[in-house]
Amino acid sequence: MRPPAGTTDLPVLLSPTAVLRQHDAGMGDPCRLLGPRTALFLVVAFSMAVAGAEAATAPAAPGVIASLWKWAPLIFQGFLFNLLVSVLAMAIGTAAGAILGLMQISLLPPVRRGSWVATQFFRNAPWLVLLFYCMLLLPFEVRLFGLVIPLPAWIKSVIGLSLPVMANVSEIVRGGVQSIPVGQWESAEALAFTRRQTLWMIILPQCVKRMTPPWMNLYAILTMATPLISIVGVQDGMTLTRAALSAENRTELLVPMYLMLLSWFFIYCYPIARWTIRLEQRFAVKG
Amino acid sequence: MEAIADWFKWLNAAHGINLTIFYDDFDRARFLRGLLTTLWLSVVCIALSVVIGVVGAWVQGSRFRLLRRLVQGYIQFFRNTPPLIQLYFFYFAVGGLLPRVTDAHGALVPPVSNYAWAIISFSFFAGAFNVEIFRAGIEAVPRTTVEAAEALGYSRLKAYIHVVLPLAFRVSLPALNNNLVNLVKTTTLAYAIGVSEMLYAASQIWSEVLNVREMMNVLLIVYVLVVGALVWLMGRWERAMRMPGYGV
Repeated sequence: MRPPAGTTDLPVLLSPTAVLRQHDAGMGDPCRLLGPRTALFLVVAFSMAVAGAEAATAPAAPGVIASLWKWAPLIFQGFLFNLLVSVLAMAIGTAAGAILGLMQISLLPPVRRGSWVATQFFRNAPWLVLLFYCMLLLPFEVRLFGLVIPLPAWIKSVIGLSLPVMANVSEIVRGGVQSIPVGQWESAEALAFTRRQTLWMIILPQCVKRMTPPWMNLYAILTMATPLISIVGVQDGMTLTRAALSAENRTELLVPMYLMLLSWFFIYCYPIARWTIRLEQRFAVKG
Repeated sequence: MEAIADWFKWLNAAHGINLTIFYDDFDRARFLRGLLTTLWLSVVCIALSVVIGVVGAWVQGSRFRLLRRLVQGYIQFFRNTPPLIQLYFFYFAVGGLLPRVTDAHGALVPPVSNYAWAIISFSFFAGAFNVEIFRAGIEAVPRTTVEAAEALGYSRLKAYIHVVLPLAFRVSLPALNNNLVNLVKTTTLAYAIGVSEMLYAASQIWSEVLNVREMMNVLLIVYVLVVGALVWLMGRWERAMRMPGYGV
């Protein structure tokens, strides 16, 4: 429903599609965002915080840089654990979400409605509440055919994080399939493809391209949600940072230490965001 | 009221489903206070983050390069770091460096309470997204429309308030709604710094009454209802504000 082009050369408002493309073009310019400039900005800000803290250090105490250096390897291990949790939760969430998303476009009304309700439910529930739910209500071990599978806290936290991922992936899949013009379904039907063949051989291969950017965006969001597991008692980068801070018990370390962890997440998530925008742009031109 | 309380007492006695919030006045008051705190936090943060978004988007259109850079740095930093660590950074690191002040009872207290830090942190977090969202909306208003306003004697600020914003707002609304819904879900993080919002209140109840399963389910349902109500309201508003011919 775009206003017909050429009716006026002075529109009061540009069409949203055109703006979106223009906007993404601005966002995608690598020099304007995390190019070397953003990286430099980050380094300068961090150095200033460290220098400020260094100035506030008592003469007898070890320097701020020395203390950060001492704790960095341990905290980095915790940070790597955060990344591991994010990858696992994303894998589980994507697998479950793909199934749920395909159920949302099922021809059977009960399946369609049921999966819609499940999707909306897990999308609207706060991540932290779902995490609490899984941590407190999942058993510590499950018995399957006489086989005892232990469920340690960190696995439960992975499951807890994968639930909202599942719901979001489900929406991405549904949106992706619905973005394909109906004409494609009709032509496939005219060529005697079955519904399953149409879906697997014609619709889904085209969707993958459109679903990749939002899927990557979701992964970045999930990575930034992983520190939540520290609240429910799983030892991650956040827990270790706070442990290091209480072991040192020095106020001047607070800002540099938190900034260090923040910048690690930034360095990991920012390129993903940039890459997402680039992919979006590339697919928008072709599509 | 009495009948409801009696029914839930019976439910506990007969089936072991212990929902104290329906028959115990103390627990009910505590849970409702938590719910109110969550709603209050959400409303205040939504208002502040929208203000940050509008101001930030305005600054992004300014002539000073340094100012634009600073806003861009703020946006990228807050968008690409975990909100929980941001909250801890504000509450423990920045809050820890501020000097203590003496309150009315003569006790030394931090100058900014945990409630205030939660509001500040969440507003900045959601505000970073709002700046981008509003900027996209403002870019939808062509230069010629602004020029027309200028020809009519509007100053840059007045043209922004009376012409650009009302148009930009309509374009931004769908993305804004998404972000605000996310913000409401983010308020649960305030639990981590001891703000007694709904999750915190529920956790207090279940650790005293030992009804984790029941409270957890109540909590989840109430959150889904609150967020669902917001989604529904915003959806209605979106449809009401829709301009014919400009739907995506």
